Amino acid sequence: MMKTTRRLLLGAALATVAFAGHAHAETTLNALFMAQAAYSEDDVRNMTAEFTKANPDIKVNIEFVPYDGLHDKTVLAQGSGGGYDVVLFDVIWPAEFATNNVLVDISDRITEEMKNGVLPGAWTTVQYNGKSYGMPWILDTKYLFYNKEILEKAGISNPPATWAELAEQAKTIKEKGLLEHPIVWSWAQAEAAICDYTTLLSAYQGTFLDEAGKPTFQTGGGLEALKYMVDLYASGLANPNSKEFLEEDVRGVFQNGEAAFALNWTYMYNLANAGDDSKVAGKVGVVAAPGVEGKSEVSAVNGSMGLGITTTSQHPDEAWKYIVHMTSQGVQNQYAKLSLPIWASSYSDPAVTAGQEELIAAAEKGLAAMYPRPTTPKYQEMSAALQQAIQEALLGTSSPEDALKAAAENSGL
Amino acid sequence: MENRSVGQSILIYACAILLALFILAPVVWLFVMSISPAAQLTAKPLEWWPETIDWSRYRFLLSSTDNSAGQAFTAALANSLTVAGISTLAALAVAVPAAWAVSRTPAVGWSLTVVIMTYMLPPVALAVPLYMGLAEFRLLNSVYGLALVYLSILAPFTTWLMKSGLDGIPTEIEAAATMDGASLFQTLRSITLPLAAPVIATSALFAFLLAWDEFFYALLFTSDQRAKTLTVAIADLAGGRVTDYGLIATAGVIAAIPPVLFGSILQRALISGLTSGGVKG
Amino acid sequence: MTGTRYTMRAWLMMLPLLAIMTAVIGWPLADTIRLSFTDAKLVGTAGTWVGFGNYVAMLTNDRFLSTLATTTWFAAASVFMEMVLGVATALLLNQNFRGRTLLRALLILPWALPTVVNATLWRLIYNPQYGALNAALTQLGLAESYQSFLGQPSSALAALIVADTWKNFPLVALIALAALQAVPKEINSAALVDGAGVFSRFRYVTLPYLAGPLMVALVLRTIEAFKVFDIIWVMTRGGPANSTRTLSILVYQEAFSFQRAGSGASLALMIALIVTVLATAYALLIRKAAGSAC
Repeated sequence: MMKTTRRLLLGAALATVAFAGHAHAETTLNALFMAQAAYSEDDVRNMTAEFTKANPDIKVNIEFVPYDGLHDKTVLAQGSGGGYDVVLFDVIWPAEFATNNVLVDISDRITEEMKNGVLPGAWTTVQYNGKSYGMPWILDTKYLFYNKEILEKAGISNPPATWAELAEQAKTIKEKGLLEHPIVWSWAQAEAAICDYTTLLSAYQGTFLDEAGKPTFQTGGGLEALKYMVDLYASGLANPNSKEFLEEDVRGVFQNGEAAFALNWTYMYNLANAGDDSKVAGKVGVVAAPGVEGKSEVSAVNGSMGLGITTTSQHPDEAWKYIVHMTSQGVQNQYAKLSLPIWASSYSDPAVTAGQEELIAAAEKGLAAMYPRPTTPKYQEMSAALQQAIQEALLGTSSPEDALKAAAENSGL
Repeated sequence: MENRSVGQSILIYACAILLALFILAPVVWLFVMSISPAAQLTAKPLEWWPETIDWSRYRFLLSSTDNSAGQAFTAALANSLTVAGISTLAALAVAVPAAWAVSRTPAVGWSLTVVIMTYMLPPVALAVPLYMGLAEFRLLNSVYGLALVYLSILAPFTTWLMKSGLDGIPTEIEAAATMDGASLFQTLRSITLPLAAPVIATSALFAFLLAWDEFFYALLFTSDQRAKTLTVAIADLAGGRVTDYGLIATAGVIAAIPPVLFGSILQRALISGLTSGGVKG
Repeated sequence: MTGTRYTMRAWLMMLPLLAIMTAVIGWPLADTIRLSFTDAKLVGTAGTWVGFGNYVAMLTNDRFLSTLATTTWFAAASVFMEMVLGVATALLLNQNFRGRTLLRALLILPWALPTVVNATLWRLIYNPQYGALNAALTQLGLAESYQSFLGQPSSALAALIVADTWKNFPLVALIALAALQAVPKEINSAALVDGAGVFSRFRYVTLPYLAGPLMVALVLRTIEAFKVFDIIWVMTRGGPANSTRTLSILVYQEAFSFQRAGSGASLALMIALIVTVLATAYALLIRKAAGSAC
């Protein structure tokens, strides 16, 4: 009898200690973000500060890395058995990460409220084979930015609705002597070029792969997209330096007033239209990227990013809490100047739309038309082959047909 | 006494001026970019000297206000100094005995050759196993972990340099000291090392520059201010949201100052260090 | 010094170096060798044994061969230019003229500049839209319009070579200068008295003293040039159209981007093998040159 009582007392004491201990135990989360991915570093730090204030027993270490570092470090950390709990991932990685067991399948954690509240197009960012590997956090696509003042001077009243019209308008601007190269692109040998290419491919109703996973971009819409790029380049309508440019270079040229048209992500709008260093502040217009007559109204590439939990995380529950906070509607609405929210109802919220109505209008069309890049674990190899093809076609060392054919063969698919 | 013709003198001075221009042009431009207002750097035609001199970027990068870019940069500067300093000192400490051993006892020379062969492997090859190893010992994102890795890069080269230099110091001097009753340690300390000072200085300079320069491992093995070095900080700046080229230039100037200072201080030692047999082959 | 006692002591003194190298490099190297014989996909997993499969695949791969060509061309051109510029500079600085010491001090500058800074600096100079080189060329009337240096395969590698040479020639110059200052003045004067002209003096008096140290510089720079990564990565990432992709960048691509750790490891070891062969060849040449000198 005594023994049992003692055991019970001991058990109760231990339980109390355990509970008390749990309440005071501090968890540390390691989060990996990309430096300047839509949100600024300050934004991310502030969002996190809100979270740690509301959850004093969770500490969050944030690391910012450039884009390549994001992929490399996530993979490396996974291999070494520990490191990050929460990672930011690009829309092109879930296939690779899921296959290699890098991210946790969190399909079960998604609530009905989330399923109904988040924009439908956002979910493809985190899905592979019917499972979800994170929460969409940055919903992004490339829009067509234009310089209102230059268009006015050229006598153009409305931004182009088709890619053909864009070329026409650019020609007018060039002939009027307003700009030598009216359109600037990010066609450097990097993923940025693939994003531009995908936008065009979706406009021409092309496809990347067929059902069997074999390349189809070398024919149909995919071929026409590249031909369009090459024509623009050869005619001088596209700034020839585009083949060295990344998104920041595009912003630099556009902000300097040296381009009438540019394709870029959400973040450029407020920086170019209201930034201190912008020479075109107040003159920036934005619409969804044009379509192709008879094929599409608008075109857009899915350039979103999501937040996921790593399989090696020791604190998946706290990590999920952090992700829920960062992707919550309140937080997303508060920081809507460099990246638009994933929640549908936010787009009618005046707090979000104030000062960027044009962008919101463009977003509603663009986000709905987002076209994904292929979800295959071997995406990186295909992308590398395509990047080479685009460069060769632009440089004229290979015809668009041959370049894409070579890419299809070297894609590893 | 060699008498130069006027023609030869003109040739020499012309070449000297050309050389000076060749060396200085990019460096001076780097400095000019760092003090030019951003708008001027994207102007056409480009102006070669700013209308107003803008020192604000230096203040920005070297500030210590919490969570600013400046704090991160200053931390990176401190980290670079720490890592390069520790690894250089450690490399010297390890290299001196090893170099002396190989120089005086050729029988062990083959082990040095094997060690130096590791220099042939591109750093990117060892990145993954090194990452795993450092993670295992919790040495990731630590100046000590990084210094340890750098030590393995610096040590072989430093040893080889010093060995060549020690080869030029005659063993008779040491033998004389030993006969006078000095222990090995005493001999080294009072005879050999002072004579080898120029070579040691040269090796220290090479080692420091190598460590200061390193980028790839620093990129992979460090995560935040606690260990990020200057090279990573600069890469971050250059790859980030910067349409202000002047800021990148400023970071470059600041990053160049310590090695240049170190180099100019040791410059005299460098020449005599190389002369005294450092590179007789 | 011979004898077991001295040898034991020598080994003891080698111990710290050997211990560090085995611990920090030895084990990762062994792991890399093991990886190269497997098809390990994801970084960190074991993979299955494929024997020499990776090596064979690499050697017959177009990508590898063209990258090898690019790297060889880069190494040959930069090293050649660095040697020529370095020796010329050393010869100049060996003369007596006003401002010599200042010029010698300036020589440190390019060499001391960190590679990442150097790469970024030249990238800004070569910028096709706003760069200083374009500005200078157009303002001097040497070019009609702004050029793209890093965006054309024909000029990208050359532009990189210039940037690399600029940073590294001071090292060769300093080594050569030190060697020149070791040339005994008497021999030079004797040659003068004998009526030898500038070129013969250089060839028969100066060059033998230069040969040894220059070979060392040659070996060092060649190894570095073959392993080059940082400067290319920062300036062009291997583009345009992979025309500046060097072997190290290919390794990075295989191991990190394409997740083929085994293949990447085999490539890295092949690079090491090539470099070792080159270095050994040079080393043998040094012996020969040193043997035939004075």
